[in-house]
This record gives sequence, structure tokens and C-alpha cells, in this order.
Amino acid sequence: MKPAIEIRNLGKEYKLAEQQPYVALRDVISNGVKNIFTTKLKSAEKFWALKDINLDIMPGERVGIIGRNGAGKSTLLKIISRITPPTTGHATIRGRVGSLLEVGTGFHPELTGRENIYLNGSILGLKKAEINKQLEAIIDFSGVEKFIDVPLKHYSSGMQLRLAFSVAAHLEPEILLIDEVLAVGDIEFQKKCIGKMGELSKEKGRTILFVSHDLGAVLRFTTYCLLLEKGKIIFQGNTEDTINAYHKKKEEVSLEYVNIKLSSKPQINGIRIITSEPYNIHIHGKPLKIEIEINVPENKEKLALSCQLMNTKMQSTLHFWIVDGNSTQFNKKGKYLVECLIPKLRLYKGTYSLNVYLGEDRGKEVFDYIENATPFEISMSGIDPGHSFGWQDDSCLYREEHAWHIQKK
Amino acid sequence: MEKFITNISPPSGFSLGLKELWQYRELFYFFTWRDIKVKYKQTYLGILWALLQPLGMMIIFTFLFSKTWKIDTGVISYPIFVLAGLICWNLFNASVSHAAESMIQNANIIKKIYFPRLIIPGSSILVALFDFIMGFIIFIAFCIFYKQSIHWTAIFYFPAGIFIILVAAFGAGTFLAALNVKFRDFRYTISFVMQVLFFSSQVIYPLQSIQQSWLKYILAMNPMNTALELFRKPLSDNQSDLNALLIGLTITIFILIVGILYFRKTEAYFADLA
Repeated sequence: MKPAIEIRNLGKEYKLAEQQPYVALRDVISNGVKNIFTTKLKSAEKFWALKDINLDIMPGERVGIIGRNGAGKSTLLKIISRITPPTTGHATIRGRVGSLLEVGTGFHPELTGRENIYLNGSILGLKKAEINKQLEAIIDFSGVEKFIDVPLKHYSSGMQLRLAFSVAAHLEPEILLIDEVLAVGDIEFQKKCIGKMGELSKEKGRTILFVSHDLGAVLRFTTYCLLLEKGKIIFQGNTEDTINAYHKKKEEVSLEYVNIKLSSKPQINGIRIITSEPYNIHIHGKPLKIEIEINVPENKEKLALSCQLMNTKMQSTLHFWIVDGNSTQFNKKGKYLVECLIPKLRLYKGTYSLNVYLGEDRGKEVFDYIENATPFEISMSGIDPGHSFGWQDDSCLYREEHAWHIQKK
Repeated sequence: MEKFITNISPPSGFSLGLKELWQYRELFYFFTWRDIKVKYKQTYLGILWALLQPLGMMIIFTFLFSKTWKIDTGVISYPIFVLAGLICWNLFNASVSHAAESMIQNANIIKKIYFPRLIIPGSSILVALFDFIMGFIIFIAFCIFYKQSIHWTAIFYFPAGIFIILVAAFGAGTFLAALNVKFRDFRYTISFVMQVLFFSSQVIYPLQSIQQSWLKYILAMNPMNTALELFRKPLSDNQSDLNALLIGLTITIFILIVGILYFRKTEAYFADLA
């Protein structure tokens, strides 16, 4: 049997645009004029997002890809789904590719749910006849039957997502590429989707490539896994071994996140966490401050900034968000320092890190996100447990103020 | 089971990708359907807008050029002359400007899904054609109202004129769409260029009214003049200048080739740029 995905010496080089990914004509003209006089060609800085990737995936294999932000995970999927061409090497894909790089691509708010199923389905590569055949099943699975003939703009974001997932889950490609999709939406529906996709892939022998930061989902969903770093495969093996290798790698992290790259989109420039003690150590119950620096290069309508406190099991323990409104203003062009103060942080002892997302509330577009930034330690030291067992690991996630009341009867 | 084999390698060579376009013909239909539907869902008067705009312009130009400053349009009455010009111009203008913007407007789809990119500017031209058909029906109604005689050769000349507009618009539209992705400040020049083209096309005046022959040949390079010459031929008894028509036709084909070549050459990198 020939592999479903065969990759040989694949590489992708990006030119590092100095400020913006596209060019302004005026710069080209003015540089051209300068070049006539200086006759010096300016060479843009380049970097390899992927290099020397060799990979064989057999039909029916379910393979996870993990690695830090910028390791090249998404670039690899983009090349396999032909969104962007490679710079070197080649790949042979045997079978129809369904790409779930983002669910709900092409959804239009003015069209009804039913119309969007047709539009989205055909963008994802379904034929009209196939959509007709699956229509009932798709509507059923989405759980939005009642609103199916209502324009999408009246849907809640949850409903839109369910509809999008539902179309995606009914694609019937031989090779399915999934990127980050399971990180959103309500947990119950996520499970339903994973279940549905897993079931389909096992039953019909589908090949799946799965990119996610949710290591739990990777573990449940895949049997084999690749670990990417700086565009190279640095480890591959069964999923558990690869996740362990990833954890070992991840320990080399810094206490503060600073971004130096410039982008044309709103972006997160820095994340700092002000703990009660130095070196990112925080005493349970004391005030904690999160400082996020953002840069908004052009006016946006409704920006939303959210931040999750993640534990080592990659569970989000707390989620804070702010949506730009009348009293808050950070959507106009400029740089901002956004602070979030938690007067009493009562998470239980352990290691935590921050996931920060910057997006637009209306378009539901995420401009920038930083995951596993500014790791910090919550300590119970100095707090009397009041019993002789001491503070045990994993005894709980969170402590709340409470009072006991005892009455003799 | 049908087996799809895809080979992915760095871009090289040139092909039109017609086979692939044919495979994706349904997506063509859905993009066009979406744009038409959304366009008319968002407006209160809906499809009437496609008719009101050329009619309004027709009234203004008729008032100016057949009452105030007389323009001689021969056997064809001025309102019919200018309405024919305006619906054709609108087809060209809407096709080119929508196609030029189309890649940026659909950037979020381009960045996530693969399909032949030519579908996007192509479908914006089909949307403009839909508006044109509405205007064309009104145009025929006006011809009947003004008792304008239409020669039977219209069966050939009308489609020929429209075809030249579509070909030129597709060439120019794909070229500008690709330029727009790469150079974001390019879009600001488009409306200006369109205005220049409007006044160099025989939309509101006939080319015959120009005296200098050198100027006539320069204006013949504008594909819209060729298209309008053909479109209006069954309405009048004018003798067309065959050389001028050939110049226009050559330029039209040239624009098409340059547009598609440039688009196909840059399309692989749209997802990286957009």
C-alpha cells in the first residue's frame, strides 16, 4: 500500500517583511528611485518556516502535530492543503483532502443557515448533490433546526460554530486536516465532534492530521505524533512519547513575553505578570496583576482581549476578558497597556501560565494569540493549612472563602 | 473509488488550469449566487438599484446633450444612444472594480482553503453581468417605446459587444486583483483610471463626432470603443472603421493575456501576502 501522504525534503521559506506583509506602491517607487542612484539591492531577511521535512503517513493513520507557536505546524498543513506552495521539495497526496484549517470559512452573516450550509459546503469541496444528500443530517447534527432559515447574523456565536462544525463533520474526504478547531466552542459539542470524526476515521479508514495545543485532545485522538521545532521534526513516535518529549522541551521558557516582530494586524507586544513575590512566584490569596501591551496599527471596531490561566494539564482554570466598549477604549490606532487586577487569586498551588488572545468581537477574528506565556508558580507557603496533612499536591484546583457552622441537636 | 492524486511542488511553468476550473464549476456558481443574493438582500429597493442608476444617468445626459449642447447621433435618438452606452459602461466598470477588489474581500477564504483563484474575479464579473441583464431588459423596453428599429444582425452584434466587454474586463480585473493584493495603495488609482476611460469611451458621445483622425486611432485602443461600436451597430446606419475595430480587438486580447498571466504567476503567493 502506498502512503496517503508522502513528503520529501519539503521546505518553506518566508521573506521577513520588515513592517507589513504586503508592499506599498509608493515604497517600491521611492526605493526604485533610490536604487538607480545607489545600485544596491536590498535583500530582505529570510527564514525557513519548514525545512527538510520527510514524512510518510499511511492510509487510516491518525497523526498529531505538536510544537510551540511558530514551530511550523500550521505551515505544514497549509502546504498539504495547497493554500501556500512549498519553496523546496515535493509532496504527493493520495486521496481527496478536506481541510479544517478553520471551520465556518466563508460563512456570510446575511445568508440564512441553510444557504450558508451550501456555500460553506461547496467552499470545503462538497458537490451540490452531496450537500443535498447530507442536508438533513447536517441540520440535525448542528442542533439549530429551528433557526435554519434565519440569517446567520441573528445566531449566537455558539450556534454559528455548531453549524460550521456540523458541515465540517459531514465532509467525506479521505484525508482530513484539522488545525486548532477543537480549541473553541462548548465542551459538550466538542466531544460530540471529536466522537463523530474519530468514529468516521476509524470506520472508513480515514487519514487524519491533527494540529492542536490541546494535548489532551491529541492524546485521545491520535496514535502517532510529530514534534516540530523551528521548522524541523525533532521527535516522532507514539503520541505519549512525543508529548513527554514536548514537556521536556517546554521547560526552557522565560518569565516575561516580549514580541519584537511587527505586524500589520493588532498584536500583543508584551505580557508580564506581577506576582506577590519575585521570580514569578505568587502566594495564594494575594493580589495578582496581569499586564498586557498591545499595538493597534489601525482603527478597529470592537477589539476583545481575553486571557486564560492554564494549569499544567492544559486546562483553563480562569478566564478573563474585556471587550472594547463605551467606557474602555483601545480600538483606536495606538499602543496600550491593559492591566487586569485580580484582588485575591485563590487558585491552588501549582504551575500556571497565560494564554492571551486578541481579536475582534464582531468578525470573530483572532488577530494574535500567545499561549503558555509567563509561567508562574502559586505557593501556599505561609498559609496555615489548619491540619497536620499539609498542603498536598492536586488536592483541589481552587479555594473559596467559606464558613463552617455547627449546631448541636 | 475514484482516486485523487495531488502533487505539490514549488510553482513552475504556466498553465491556465482550465481542467481544474471545470472541476470547481459549482464553486463558481456559489460565489456568484452569494454575491448577488447578499447585494440585493442588504438594500431596500433591491434589484431596482441596478435599473435606477443607468436610468438616472440617461435622463441627466439626455438633458445636457440633446437639449442643451446638441450632439449628433444620427438616426439613433440620443436617449437610446446614451442608455446603450451606459449599461455597457456599467458592465465594464462594475466588472473591473469588483474583480479588482475581490481578492482582498475574500482574503479570509483564500488564506484557509485551496481552490482555483481565478474563480473569485471571475464570479465578480458574473455578478456584474447579472445587473447588466436587468439593464438590458429596460434598454429593449426603451427601444420599443422610442420606436427604435433594431436590425436583425443584433443577434450577432449585441453578444459580440458584450463579449468584448467581458473579455477586457476579465483581463483588466484579474491584473488589478493581483496587483491589489501585492500593492495595497494601488486601489486608489483605479477609480481615477476608470474615469479617464469613461470619457475616452464613446458612452455619451459618438466617436464620429471627433474630427482628428490620429485621436480616433488612439481612442480605438480603448476596448470599450470597440465594444460600443459593435453594440450600437444594429441601431444605426453608420459605417464602422474596420482598422479601428481591429486595433481594439488586438488590445482586448492583449489585456486578457497579460491579466491572466500575471494573475496565475502571483496567485500561488496570495495566501502569504493577503
